[in-house]
Amino acid sequence: MTDFDPKPDNATDPLRGKLIHPSPDNFPDPKQSGITTPPHFLQFQATKTLHTTSGPQLLDVRFELPKAGKLAIYGPSGAGKTTLLRILSGLTEVTTGHIEVDGEVWLDTSRRIDLPTRRRSIGFVFQDFALFPHLTVRQQLEYARHKTTDGKIVPELLALMELESLQHLRPALLSGGQQQRVALARAIARRPRLLLLDEPLSALDDEMRYKLQEYLVKIHRHYELTTLLVSHHLPEVLRLSDKVIILEKGSVSREGAPSALFFAPSQDLSPARFQTVGEITAINFSEGNYIVTVLCAGTFISVVLTAAQTARLQVGKKVRVTSNDFHPVINPLV
Amino acid sequence: MIDWQPLWLSLRLALITTTILLALAIPLGYWLAYSRQRWKIAAEAVISLPMVLPPTVLGFYLLLAFSPSQGFGRWLDHHFNIRLAFTFPGLVIASLFYSLPFTVNPIVAGFRALPSDWRNVSRTLGKSDWSTLVRILLPNIRASLITGAVLSFAHTIGEFGVVMMIGGGIPGQTRVASVALYDEVQSMNTGAANRYALVLLAFSFIILLLVYGINQQAVKSKTML
Repeated sequence: MTDFDPKPDNATDPLRGKLIHPSPDNFPDPKQSGITTPPHFLQFQATKTLHTTSGPQLLDVRFELPKAGKLAIYGPSGAGKTTLLRILSGLTEVTTGHIEVDGEVWLDTSRRIDLPTRRRSIGFVFQDFALFPHLTVRQQLEYARHKTTDGKIVPELLALMELESLQHLRPALLSGGQQQRVALARAIARRPRLLLLDEPLSALDDEMRYKLQEYLVKIHRHYELTTLLVSHHLPEVLRLSDKVIILEKGSVSREGAPSALFFAPSQDLSPARFQTVGEITAINFSEGNYIVTVLCAGTFISVVLTAAQTARLQVGKKVRVTSNDFHPVINPLV
Repeated sequence: MIDWQPLWLSLRLALITTTILLALAIPLGYWLAYSRQRWKIAAEAVISLPMVLPPTVLGFYLLLAFSPSQGFGRWLDHHFNIRLAFTFPGLVIASLFYSLPFTVNPIVAGFRALPSDWRNVSRTLGKSDWSTLVRILLPNIRASLITGAVLSFAHTIGEFGVVMMIGGGIPGQTRVASVALYDEVQSMNTGAANRYALVLLAFSFIILLLVYGINQQAVKSKTML
């Protein structure tokens, strides 16, 4: 088994995800290994043919995660990020797969085991909140609470998410940020083993995103939920995860700690004095040079580059802006 | 003076038919809205047939089926001593077939208009499909349920061809308001026919007002969301 964390001391950190290469050799077969206690809280392996706009594409992903780990799944649109969460929750069928959570097999195609969604202990926060319009905030949480879960969870969540004053309101009267807090509280009300977040903050503006990230951090600290986050928003990934897998064309292209993946010293530069990441918003041509504008944490940075330096860049691409001198350099992240 | 018995019979027939239809249309509508089985298209077409078929065609086939001298009718008569032709229970069964699309179609449309995410969200919250149906889906298709019920009620009150063929217009048993109106016209009793016609006209108008009112209310509440 290969530990992808570049720092050896991280291997002992229980909050760090232990990610492995997608190879059949390093994935322990639970039937043959003889291990009674699974080495990881979550073991995931799945293959499935995706039908994308550019034709059929094979999704082949394998990863493991320790209890209370925070894994971000990052990558371009259509890479299969959401499909991964849907497979985990049993909403999408696979060709082959094995999913084991806390020793319980949720899916094993070789043994024809496929637990229905409602029997998988998950909390899923959907992109569009998907709140039920006829239920008040409190009723949403009461509905989600499992009959065996302590009833105190509802007032506790209302307090934790600062929803007490809104508890008797219906979703139509709530702002986007408040609705997202309700969606998050509802997902946790049944005390799931896994919290799955599918671009949970994409519908919110930057300020609201930041506030909601604080709630997510608070929730994780309080309930120590093993969390999987699908996001294409880098600041979110950096803040909310301790491991990242970058999914491209259906398979894991890179994986590791966010700092190692996104802030590793660039090979073509000496160690930089400053580094930041962002998204290209414009590429303009002026007097023989290209002016590339990058949005980084709410601020625009414009950098003059040559045609050769601009060749790999396009508007919308996620990039790392580095500077070891006076003039910054831009490199694609993925 | 108007004979109220045919109107009362129509009302009783419509009430019983609507109640049974609602109980049948909810599971049927759920299946039609969410099933991925290919042959559900055929089922949809069969259910909607009474909307385009001349009522006498449906009446004719049901009369054949209910006839004590033929297959199904004979089997019922022989094993259970039940005769459906020219009886009130026969009228109820015929009305169920005749008004089925008017209850099922609004319910199917209601289910299909709901966000597809909801059922998945409910499943991820550990809820069964039954619990999702009762606590999430049905409360959100209230307008469709009321529309379906009101339409099937009104349609049953107004049916003529089927009840004429199956019921035969036996006073006190199968002579519903629309048949009574026809009988009065045949007897050149224009005054009585006029009274039946006015009551049915007023009733149909009120029912349609109710349906449009419900739909308007549903549109308003959706705009508010």
